Amino acid sequence: MLRPLRFDLHLHTVLSPCGEIEMSPSAVAAAARKAGLSCFAVTDHNASANVPAYGEAASREGVAVIPGIEITSREEVHVLGYFDDYSVLAGLQKTVYASLPGRNDPDAFGIQAVVDANEDVIEMDEHLLIGATSLSVEEVVDLIRAGGGLAAASHVDREGFSITGQLGFVPPGLGLHALEISPRTTPSSVHARFPETSGFPLLCSSDAHRLSEIGTGWTEILAFEPTAAEVLLALRGEGGRRILRLSNG
Amino acid sequence: MNLSEIAEALNLSARTCKSAMDREVGGGYASDLLSDVMGRARKGDVWVTMQTHQNVVAVAVLKEMAAIIIVNGREPESDTAQKAEEEGIPLLVSAEPTFEVVGKLYSMGIRASSDA
Repeated sequence: MLRPLRFDLHLHTVLSPCGEIEMSPSAVAAAARKAGLSCFAVTDHNASANVPAYGEAASREGVAVIPGIEITSREEVHVLGYFDDYSVLAGLQKTVYASLPGRNDPDAFGIQAVVDANEDVIEMDEHLLIGATSLSVEEVVDLIRAGGGLAAASHVDREGFSITGQLGFVPPGLGLHALEISPRTTPSSVHARFPETSGFPLLCSSDAHRLSEIGTGWTEILAFEPTAAEVLLALRGEGGRRILRLSNG
Repeated sequence: MNLSEIAEALNLSARTCKSAMDREVGGGYASDLLSDVMGRARKGDVWVTMQTHQNVVAVAVLKEMAAIIIVNGREPESDTAQKAEEEGIPLLVSAEPTFEVVGKLYSMGIRASSDA
């Protein structure tokens, strides 16, 4: 049955160097439930190994998790990729790691912990996750699409690490399914600043790095299930599915 | 050459670490791509950029840079300034664009570090 579902499709765990240490699986899952979310996506910088732990913790709270990743292109554009099949994302992850030079310095950038659902640290990811891959933004989008994923440009209203900030515009022909905007702006403001964004569906997400930010931005979608495939169908308006509203209008 | 000589000549305003202005500058680098700076900047460089987010501080710490000059009259974001103060990275702001700032640094004898 079609029902309104609330998604926050951008969240960083303790695997992202900039994610606060308080972003543990159970704490994130509880905060997502309290915020009234049906679903959140786990989108760490250039990494995805914490998807299983957060998915398990979220299921205990009755909240769905979409496996995701936020890939940094060589132009330092952040692109979100969403997949329902974690094994597909894990395969894509190998390409991302192979394209990502450098090693993390935890003192400079922060720790990068791979954890299990009981909050035990399995290992520290030593890749330079804060860094940029050698993939162009086109290659990143194509990589996500080749895996059947949904590709969205991160926080296009922000200057830092957005496609609008780094390139100045959204290049025509780029296969993005959607553009993400921050809770702090509005769709009309984004359309006024970047007219070409009118050609894309918008998603609003929190980009939470700490617990208090979870659910501060959300997208309500009429869909059957809280999955990436359903979000994609809603973006296309198929089968009665559609975007109902964004938290910022 | 130290930071206060540069700040005076280029009319820069220090936003953080005002007590560290006697720090020596060994060279310079100009770029707005963090990955490029991580790869090519050298210890003791002054870094000219228009980026204002807090990741610039982490990169400057990692590369042991002398200071960051933010151009075009931009101001560091508040969390950027806070982190720079904590980490001991002087943030200097210029009303001028990168081209002018780098030209003046070059004319004062600042060069890209030799192994860059």
